[in-house]
Amino acid sequence: MTSHPVNPNLLGRSYPAAEVYDVGREKIREFARAVKATHPAHFDVEAAKALGHSDLVAPPTFAIIVAQRADAQLIEDPDSGIDFSRVVHADQRFTHHRAIVAGDQLRAELHVDGVRAMGGGAMITTRSEIFAVSEDNQRERVATTTSSILVRGEGQ
Amino acid sequence: MSLKLEELTVGQEIGTRSIEVTRQDLVKYAGASGDFNPIHWNESFATGVELPGVIAHGMFTMGSAVQLVSDWAGDPAAVVDYQTRFTKPVLVADTTGTSEPGAVIEVSGVVGALDADSRTARIDLTVTFGGQKVLMKSQAVVKLA
Repeated sequence: MTSHPVNPNLLGRSYPAAEVYDVGREKIREFARAVKATHPAHFDVEAAKALGHSDLVAPPTFAIIVAQRADAQLIEDPDSGIDFSRVVHADQRFTHHRAIVAGDQLRAELHVDGVRAMGGGAMITTRSEIFAVSEDNQRERVATTTSSILVRGEGQ
Repeated sequence: MSLKLEELTVGQEIGTRSIEVTRQDLVKYAGASGDFNPIHWNESFATGVELPGVIAHGMFTMGSAVQLVSDWAGDPAAVVDYQTRFTKPVLVADTTGTSEPGAVIEVSGVVGALDADSRTARIDLTVTFGGQKVLMKSQAVVKLA
Protein backbone atom coordinates (compact mmCIF):
# COMPACT_ATOMS: atom_id res chain seq x y z
CA MET A 1 0.00 0.00 0.00
CA THR A 2 1.54 3.31 -0.99
CA SER A 3 0.52 6.42 0.88
CA HIS A 4 -0.62 9.37 -1.10
CA PRO A 5 -0.46 12.92 0.17
CA VAL A 6 -3.40 14.65 1.81
CA ASN A 7 -4.68 17.57 -0.26
CA PRO A 8 -3.30 20.74 1.42
CA ASN A 9 -6.14 22.82 -0.01
CA LEU A 10 -8.77 21.21 2.23
CA LEU A 11 -8.41 24.00 4.81
CA GLY A 12 -11.51 26.18 4.99
CA ARG A 13 -13.61 23.75 3.00
CA SER A 14 -17.13 23.01 4.24
CA TYR A 15 -19.65 20.36 3.43
CA PRO A 16 -23.31 21.31 3.71
CA ALA A 17 -25.67 19.41 5.98
CA ALA A 18 -26.50 16.12 4.34
CA GLU A 19 -29.38 13.81 5.18
CA VAL A 20 -31.39 14.04 8.38
CA TYR A 21 -30.42 11.72 11.24
CA ASP A 22 -33.52 10.55 13.15
CA VAL A 23 -32.66 9.86 16.78
CA GLY A 24 -34.58 6.76 17.84
CA ARG A 25 -35.10 5.29 21.30
CA GLU A 26 -33.66 1.91 20.38
CA LYS A 27 -30.56 3.55 18.89
CA ILE A 28 -30.01 5.48 22.12
CA ARG A 29 -30.38 2.22 24.09
CA GLU A 30 -28.05 0.35 21.70
CA PHE A 31 -25.38 3.07 21.82
CA ALA A 32 -25.68 3.34 25.62
CA ARG A 33 -25.13 -0.44 25.97
CA ALA A 34 -22.18 -0.25 23.56
CA VAL A 35 -20.40 2.30 25.79
CA LYS A 36 -21.44 0.35 28.91
CA ALA A 37 -23.70 3.14 30.18
CA THR A 38 -26.26 2.16 32.77
CA HIS A 39 -27.96 5.45 33.63
CA PRO A 40 -31.77 4.93 33.51
CA ALA A 41 -32.28 8.16 31.49
CA HIS A 42 -30.85 6.29 28.46
CA PHE A 43 -33.24 3.34 28.79
CA ASP A 44 -36.43 4.29 30.63
CA VAL A 45 -38.65 7.08 29.25
CA GLU A 46 -40.24 7.70 32.67
CA ALA A 47 -36.80 8.06 34.28
CA ALA A 48 -35.80 10.58 31.59
CA LYS A 49 -39.04 12.53 32.08
CA ALA A 50 -38.50 12.60 35.84
CA LEU A 51 -35.28 14.52 35.11
CA GLY A 52 -37.21 17.00 32.97
CA HIS A 53 -36.39 15.60 29.52
CA SER A 54 -38.99 15.06 26.81
CA ASP A 55 -37.73 11.56 25.99
CA LEU A 56 -34.70 9.24 26.37
CA VAL A 57 -31.43 11.17 26.69
CA ALA A 58 -28.48 10.23 24.49
CA PRO A 59 -25.10 9.52 26.16
CA PRO A 60 -22.57 12.41 26.08
CA THR A 61 -20.68 11.00 23.06
CA PHE A 62 -23.72 9.93 21.00
CA ALA A 63 -23.22 12.89 18.63
CA ILE A 64 -20.17 11.08 17.24
CA ILE A 65 -22.56 9.06 15.04
CA VAL A 66 -23.78 12.22 13.34
CA ALA A 67 -20.31 13.84 13.33
CA GLN A 68 -18.60 10.82 11.76
CA ARG A 69 -21.27 10.66 9.04
CA ALA A 70 -20.41 14.27 8.28
CA ASP A 71 -16.66 13.44 8.39
CA ALA A 72 -17.27 10.61 5.90
CA GLN A 73 -18.12 13.22 3.28
CA LEU A 74 -14.56 14.50 3.58
CA ILE A 75 -12.82 11.14 3.98
CA GLU A 76 -14.67 9.64 1.01
CA ASP A 77 -14.13 12.72 -1.13
CA PRO A 78 -11.62 11.43 -3.73
CA ASP A 79 -10.13 14.89 -3.84
CA SER A 80 -9.15 14.79 -0.11
CA GLY A 81 -6.36 12.23 -0.53
CA ILE A 82 -7.23 10.62 2.83
CA ASP A 83 -6.52 6.88 3.16
CA PHE A 84 -9.09 5.72 5.77
CA SER A 85 -7.01 2.67 6.73
CA ARG A 86 -4.22 4.99 7.88
CA VAL A 87 -6.48 7.29 9.92
CA VAL A 88 -5.92 7.49 13.69
CA HIS A 89 -8.20 9.55 15.91
CA ALA A 90 -6.07 12.18 17.70
CA ASP A 91 -8.54 14.23 19.70
CA GLN A 92 -12.24 14.83 20.14
CA ARG A 93 -14.48 17.37 21.81
CA PHE A 94 -18.24 17.65 22.30
CA THR A 95 -19.93 20.88 23.31
CA HIS A 96 -23.63 20.38 23.99
CA HIS A 97 -25.87 23.40 23.57
CA ARG A 98 -28.71 21.16 24.70
CA ALA A 99 -29.14 17.43 25.30
CA ILE A 100 -29.89 15.14 22.36
CA VAL A 101 -33.16 13.29 22.99
CA ALA A 102 -35.12 10.60 21.14
CA GLY A 103 -37.29 12.15 18.46
CA ASP A 104 -34.69 14.73 17.43
CA GLN A 105 -34.07 15.20 13.73
CA LEU A 106 -30.44 16.20 13.37
CA ARG A 107 -28.33 17.59 10.58
CA ALA A 108 -24.59 18.34 10.63
CA GLU A 109 -22.61 20.91 8.70
CA LEU A 110 -18.92 20.04 8.39
CA HIS A 111 -16.04 22.53 8.38
CA VAL A 112 -12.34 21.80 7.86
CA ASP A 113 -10.63 24.04 10.44
CA GLY A 114 -7.06 22.77 10.23
CA VAL A 115 -4.66 20.88 7.99
CA ARG A 116 -0.99 20.54 8.86
CA ALA A 117 1.76 18.26 7.68
CA MET A 118 3.09 15.78 10.28
CA GLY A 119 6.13 13.92 8.99
CA GLY A 120 4.90 12.11 5.89
CA GLY A 121 1.30 12.37 7.07
CA ALA A 122 -1.14 15.10 8.03
CA MET A 123 -3.27 16.22 10.97
CA ILE A 124 -6.76 17.33 9.93
CA THR A 125 -9.15 19.13 12.29
CA THR A 126 -12.85 19.19 11.50
CA ARG A 127 -15.84 20.75 13.23
CA SER A 128 -19.43 19.61 12.91
CA GLU A 129 -22.19 22.04 13.75
CA ILE A 130 -25.13 19.83 14.65
CA PHE A 131 -28.60 21.29 14.75
CA ALA A 132 -32.14 19.98 15.08
CA VAL A 133 -34.67 20.74 12.38
CA SER A 134 -38.31 21.18 13.29
CA GLU A 135 -41.28 20.50 11.02
CA ASP A 136 -41.48 24.16 10.04
CA ASN A 137 -37.77 23.98 9.08
CA GLN A 138 -36.48 25.98 12.04
CA ARG A 139 -32.90 25.23 13.11
CA GLU A 140 -31.96 24.80 16.77
CA ARG A 141 -28.28 24.44 17.71
CA VAL A 142 -27.73 21.16 19.54
CA ALA A 143 -24.01 20.37 19.61
CA THR A 144 -20.64 21.37 18.23
CA THR A 145 -18.11 18.56 17.83
CA THR A 146 -14.44 19.02 17.01
CA SER A 147 -12.21 16.20 15.91
CA SER A 148 -8.60 15.82 14.81
CA ILE A 149 -7.47 12.85 12.80
CA LEU A 150 -3.92 11.89 11.98
CA VAL A 151 -3.48 10.39 8.55
CA ARG A 152 -0.29 8.37 9.03
CA GLY A 153 2.37 8.59 6.38
CA GLU A 154 4.61 5.64 5.53
CA GLY A 155 6.46 4.26 8.54
CA GLN A 156 4.30 6.27 10.99
CA MET B 1 -30.46 14.41 42.71
CA SER B 2 -28.57 17.52 41.79
CA LEU B 3 -25.08 18.55 42.78
CA LYS B 4 -24.52 21.97 44.31
CA LEU B 5 -21.44 23.98 43.47
CA GLU B 6 -21.06 25.14 47.08
CA GLU B 7 -20.77 21.55 48.27
CA LEU B 8 -17.85 20.68 45.99
CA THR B 9 -14.13 21.33 46.38
CA VAL B 10 -11.33 21.27 43.84
CA GLY B 11 -9.37 18.04 44.17
CA GLN B 12 -12.36 16.08 45.43
CA GLU B 13 -12.51 12.54 44.05
CA ILE B 14 -15.69 11.49 42.27
CA GLY B 15 -14.91 7.78 42.11
CA THR B 16 -13.25 5.07 40.07
CA ARG B 17 -14.34 2.42 37.60
CA SER B 18 -12.85 -0.60 35.83
CA ILE B 19 -14.09 -1.25 32.31
CA GLU B 20 -13.58 -4.76 30.93
CA VAL B 21 -13.33 -4.89 27.14
CA THR B 22 -13.58 -7.84 24.77
CA ARG B 23 -13.31 -8.12 20.99
CA GLN B 24 -17.09 -8.59 21.01
CA ASP B 25 -17.50 -5.23 22.77
CA LEU B 26 -15.58 -3.62 19.89
CA VAL B 27 -17.86 -5.27 17.34
CA LYS B 28 -20.86 -4.00 19.31
CA TYR B 29 -19.39 -0.49 19.42
CA ALA B 30 -18.66 -0.63 15.69
CA GLY B 31 -22.28 -1.52 14.98
CA ALA B 32 -23.74 1.03 17.39
CA SER B 33 -21.52 3.89 16.21
CA GLY B 34 -21.18 3.05 12.52
CA ASP B 35 -17.35 3.10 12.73
CA PHE B 36 -16.38 -0.10 10.93
CA ASN B 37 -12.67 0.59 10.50
CA PRO B 38 -11.24 -3.00 10.45
CA ILE B 39 -8.33 -2.01 12.74
CA HIS B 40 -10.92 -2.43 15.52
CA TRP B 41 -11.94 -6.00 14.69
CA ASN B 42 -9.51 -7.68 12.29
CA GLU B 43 -6.07 -8.75 13.53
CA SER B 44 -4.35 -9.24 10.17
CA PHE B 45 -5.70 -5.95 8.87
CA ALA B 46 -4.50 -4.14 12.01
CA THR B 47 -0.98 -5.61 11.87
CA GLY B 48 -0.93 -4.98 8.11
CA VAL B 49 -1.17 -1.25 8.76
CA GLU B 50 1.66 -1.40 11.31
CA LEU B 51 -0.45 -1.53 14.47
CA PRO B 52 0.50 -3.97 17.24
CA GLY B 53 -2.92 -5.69 16.97
CA VAL B 54 -6.64 -4.97 17.22
CA ILE B 55 -7.17 -1.72 19.14
CA ALA B 56 -10.28 -0.27 20.75
CA HIS B 57 -11.98 2.67 19.07
CA GLY B 58 -10.75 5.82 20.78
CA MET B 59 -14.42 6.74 20.95
CA PHE B 60 -15.22 3.51 22.80
CA THR B 61 -12.71 4.48 25.49
CA MET B 62 -13.89 8.09 25.59
CA GLY B 63 -17.57 7.06 25.59
CA SER B 64 -17.23 4.45 28.33
CA ALA B 65 -14.95 6.56 30.56
CA VAL B 66 -17.52 9.36 30.85
CA GLN B 67 -20.11 7.06 32.44
CA LEU B 68 -18.42 7.70 35.78
CA VAL B 69 -19.27 11.39 35.32
CA SER B 70 -22.84 10.78 34.07
CA ASP B 71 -23.61 8.66 37.10
CA TRP B 72 -21.96 11.07 39.53
CA ALA B 73 -23.84 14.02 38.00
CA GLY B 74 -27.16 12.17 38.29
CA ASP B 75 -28.21 13.25 34.78
CA PRO B 76 -26.18 12.47 31.63
CA ALA B 77 -27.46 15.73 30.12
CA ALA B 78 -25.53 17.65 32.80
CA VAL B 79 -22.32 16.84 30.87
CA VAL B 80 -22.29 19.97 28.70
CA ASP B 81 -18.74 19.65 27.37
CA TYR B 82 -16.37 16.70 27.09
CA GLN B 83 -12.99 16.54 25.42
CA THR B 84 -9.96 14.31 25.23
CA ARG B 85 -6.75 13.55 23.37
CA PHE B 86 -6.04 9.96 22.39
CA THR B 87 -2.42 9.26 23.23
CA LYS B 88 -1.98 5.49 23.35
CA PRO B 89 -4.04 2.68 21.84
CA VAL B 90 -5.89 0.16 24.00
CA LEU B 91 -4.77 -3.20 22.64
CA VAL B 92 -7.57 -5.75 23.03
CA ALA B 93 -6.45 -9.38 23.14
CA ASP B 94 -8.56 -12.08 21.50
CA THR B 95 -10.17 -13.92 24.43
CA THR B 96 -13.14 -15.18 22.40
CA GLY B 97 -14.62 -18.33 23.95
CA THR B 98 -13.29 -17.59 27.44
CA SER B 99 -14.70 -15.44 30.22
CA GLU B 100 -11.53 -13.32 30.33
CA PRO B 101 -11.54 -9.68 29.24
CA GLY B 102 -9.25 -8.73 26.37
CA ALA B 103 -8.28 -5.49 28.13
CA VAL B 104 -9.20 -3.59 31.29
CA ILE B 105 -9.45 0.21 31.26
CA GLU B 106 -9.16 1.99 34.61
CA VAL B 107 -10.96 5.31 35.11
CA SER B 108 -10.82 7.79 37.97
CA GLY B 109 -12.06 11.34 38.25
CA VAL B 110 -11.44 14.43 40.38
CA VAL B 111 -12.98 17.88 40.48
CA GLY B 112 -10.40 19.88 38.52
CA ALA B 113 -12.02 23.33 38.62
CA LEU B 114 -15.21 25.08 39.71
CA ASP B 115 -16.74 28.03 37.88
CA ALA B 116 -19.19 30.04 39.98
CA ASP B 117 -20.27 32.24 37.03
CA SER B 118 -21.35 29.42 34.75
CA ARG B 119 -22.15 27.14 37.72
CA THR B 120 -20.12 24.28 36.32
CA ALA B 121 -17.52 21.83 37.58
CA ARG B 122 -14.70 20.52 35.41
CA ILE B 123 -14.03 16.87 36.06
CA ASP B 124 -10.55 15.66 35.13
CA LEU B 125 -10.47 12.00 34.21
CA THR B 126 -7.45 9.72 34.44
CA VAL B 127 -7.87 6.82 32.04
CA THR B 128 -5.23 4.09 31.94
CA PHE B 129 -4.62 0.72 30.33
CA GLY B 130 -1.76 -1.50 31.52
CA GLY B 131 -0.60 1.30 33.83
CA GLN B 132 -0.23 3.83 31.01
CA LYS B 133 -2.44 6.81 30.30
CA VAL B 134 -4.44 6.28 27.11
CA LEU B 135 -6.34 9.58 27.25
CA MET B 136 -4.81 12.98 28.00
CA LYS B 137 -6.55 16.20 28.94
CA SER B 138 -9.73 14.21 29.40
CA GLN B 139 -12.11 16.78 30.83
CA ALA B 140 -15.87 16.80 31.29
CA VAL B 141 -17.74 19.97 32.23
CA VAL B 142 -20.81 19.35 34.39
CA LYS B 143 -23.65 21.82 34.86
CA LEU B 144 -24.55 22.16 38.53
CA ALA B 145 -27.60 23.37 40.41
